[in-house]
Amino acid sequence: MDLTFSAEERAFEQEVRDFIAANLTPEMKRATALTPSVFSDPDIGMAWQRKLHKQGWGAPGWPVDYGGPKWTPAQRWIFEAECARAGVPNVNVMGVKMVGPVIIGFGTQEQKDFYLPRILSGEDYWCQGYSEPGSGSDLASLKTRAERDGDDYIINGTKIWTTHAHHANRMFALVRTSETEKKQDGISFILIDMKTPGITTRPILTIGGDHEVNQVFFDDVRVPVANRVGEEGKGWTYGKYLLEFERGAGIASAKLREALRTISELAEADITGRAIDDPDISLRMSEIEVDIDALEMTELRVLSALQTGERPGAVSSILKLRNSEIRQAVTRLGVDVIGHDGLAVEPVRPLYRLNHQPPVPEGMLTVVPEYLNGRAYTIFGGSSEVQREIIAKMVLGI
Amino acid sequence: MDLTLSDEQRLLRESADRFVKETYTADNRRKIAGEPLGFSPALWKQFADLGWLALPIGEDHGGLGGGAIEIGILMEAFGRGLVSEPFLSTVVIGAGLVAQCGTEAQKQAILPKVADGSLILAFAHSERAARFDLAKVETLATKASDGWHLNGQKITVLDGNAAGQIIVSARVANSNGASGNLCLFLIPSDTPGLVRSDYSRLGGGRACNLTLKDVRLPADALLGDGSDALPVIEAVIDRAMAALGAEAVGIMQTLLDTTIEYTNIRRQFGRPLSANQVIRHRLADMAMQCDEARSMALRAALMADAEPVARGRAASGAKAKIGKCARFVSEQSVQLHGAMGVTEELDIGLYFKRLLAFDTLFGGSAHHYRRHAALGGRTNA
Repeated sequence: MDLTFSAEERAFEQEVRDFIAANLTPEMKRATALTPSVFSDPDIGMAWQRKLHKQGWGAPGWPVDYGGPKWTPAQRWIFEAECARAGVPNVNVMGVKMVGPVIIGFGTQEQKDFYLPRILSGEDYWCQGYSEPGSGSDLASLKTRAERDGDDYIINGTKIWTTHAHHANRMFALVRTSETEKKQDGISFILIDMKTPGITTRPILTIGGDHEVNQVFFDDVRVPVANRVGEEGKGWTYGKYLLEFERGAGIASAKLREALRTISELAEADITGRAIDDPDISLRMSEIEVDIDALEMTELRVLSALQTGERPGAVSSILKLRNSEIRQAVTRLGVDVIGHDGLAVEPVRPLYRLNHQPPVPEGMLTVVPEYLNGRAYTIFGGSSEVQREIIAKMVLGI
Repeated sequence: MDLTLSDEQRLLRESADRFVKETYTADNRRKIAGEPLGFSPALWKQFADLGWLALPIGEDHGGLGGGAIEIGILMEAFGRGLVSEPFLSTVVIGAGLVAQCGTEAQKQAILPKVADGSLILAFAHSERAARFDLAKVETLATKASDGWHLNGQKITVLDGNAAGQIIVSARVANSNGASGNLCLFLIPSDTPGLVRSDYSRLGGGRACNLTLKDVRLPADALLGDGSDALPVIEAVIDRAMAALGAEAVGIMQTLLDTTIEYTNIRRQFGRPLSANQVIRHRLADMAMQCDEARSMALRAALMADAEPVARGRAASGAKAKIGKCARFVSEQSVQLHGAMGVTEELDIGLYFKRLLAFDTLFGGSAHHYRRHAALGGRTNA
């Protein structure tokens, strides 16, 4: 066992640093720092995805046959850590990290040939159609129907909390293809072109002041049966497979560390009156840092296990839970660090293209919006309560 | 970077787990607790035969040259069985201090005896006024023509009741009376002037408080060359905290396993306790905190040989976090066992008390978050 990097791993780390130094523009870096929502806007995020793709690094987790770079777990770790440290754009994960693995795992050759290159290159921009107004934590109760009509499905219903649906040209969705006794058995996984007639999108503004999520309506939307991934009625299995990737097997600690570092710098600056001199702030800083250390070690342990081909399984629920809770602790600390300046609201978006002088120094602009948006971390991707139920069931065998 | 166990490490874990499971049954543990020394000398001999006492000792001194990971593997197994043999005080701390601080002659004299099981060591360092500050020592060592004279009082000397030699820390008096370097002295436990007051330790094992009343020692009782021993003490205690963290993980896992079993069997309102979501989520939180503790213990072990600041932050971070997790897991284990949890009829209480002792030993969570902050350049915590 060894936590230190080998000479080859150090060389790779340098390679990643050199790549980032050569490709990350100051504008991209500033836009990322000034984006309080989860993902960068597509113009920023996809510009970065194209650069990654050109380097052959567009999909670090994919098998080499589909364009993955064939990295060891340590290399993936180094890559994510360096990206977080440098503040590269937060590329929407719906393509590379979510629908990509499902198409690779369960798609037809035609689907692989068509979709995968377009995900890699950033030509397609994906959103996820899972939640519905009546189906949140109880996702399997979803009602959006896909009725067979010749070679097509006709889709009717609505999806909600759809991140970046207003930017996306494609959606992967769970839809009900039959009424079965066990509600999970009637669900299929389908790929939808967002330009298909009958689809409308309504923006939903969230408390942080950002437009990131939407409601999407389907009104007799015709989708070819060929767009179904895998078997009819097996969508739940594929969807859960994907959720494991959404929740875990990720490397979240590096970003948390970076977020804490940003707050720590603010706390040491004169503009916050050196909030760090408050013993409560300093102690909480250490508590959070130690929590990040623990999460990082757990991620590294999972990464080592994945090397042997294991699926993330229930431990991904632990990672998701801890990541979301620590994220909230960091953003809460941020609000306490900036004190009275947290009361100033800047309503205009994006924050990196303001045409006026903002009410507080630029470094403080995202602090309160990030705290407010951060409340969603323990809700999306399966709420903390759902994660605890999964942990109880799978880890504990009860 | 590699976090997989080597074949040797996997074998060590399997054999330690098996030995502890077969040996430390509830009945045996009660017998061991009744032994005069608070542990079983016969089992200690077996530890030696298994090579465990030689494990972290260098190959030049009769050892096997293992490291903090191997110690952690053993300690986690020891935690599962609530082992009370003096492994931490003798092998991790005592032999660790001698190996890092002693002269070659002292290493040759002490370490092979630790490895073969014939010598028990104890470390007398803590003093009441110091609380958990490792640098604060008032016990005084005065240089005299015939060697050294030591005076002072020590508390919480783990396994001091059984030790053949006690390593005592003391400030060396300067000619002008001001205190100088912090030094370590090797003192045979039958030395005149050494007054022991033995007691049973919370959670198993024994310890003593120690009064040094004009203890006269030869010049070569000084461990090492007389340079300040604080850096060595910090390094060894950091290593001990990593080891204790692994032991705590074994204890917590046992509490969790036992509690899951109990909540599955115990029926109220016509169904098992574990059918209630409030119980299930509590168990999920306990499992999560066990997992976090496991990560932190491993991290502290992996960083046991890093430079002092990184090592100290890893050790203090682990001690603070595992202490917090241990409190939660142990208190919830008692809670979920209901009234049975507060009786002596179940083992839950024993494991609970050992974790309470763990949390206190070398300083609790608040102390170690503060040290973590101070080592990170923030002194105000």
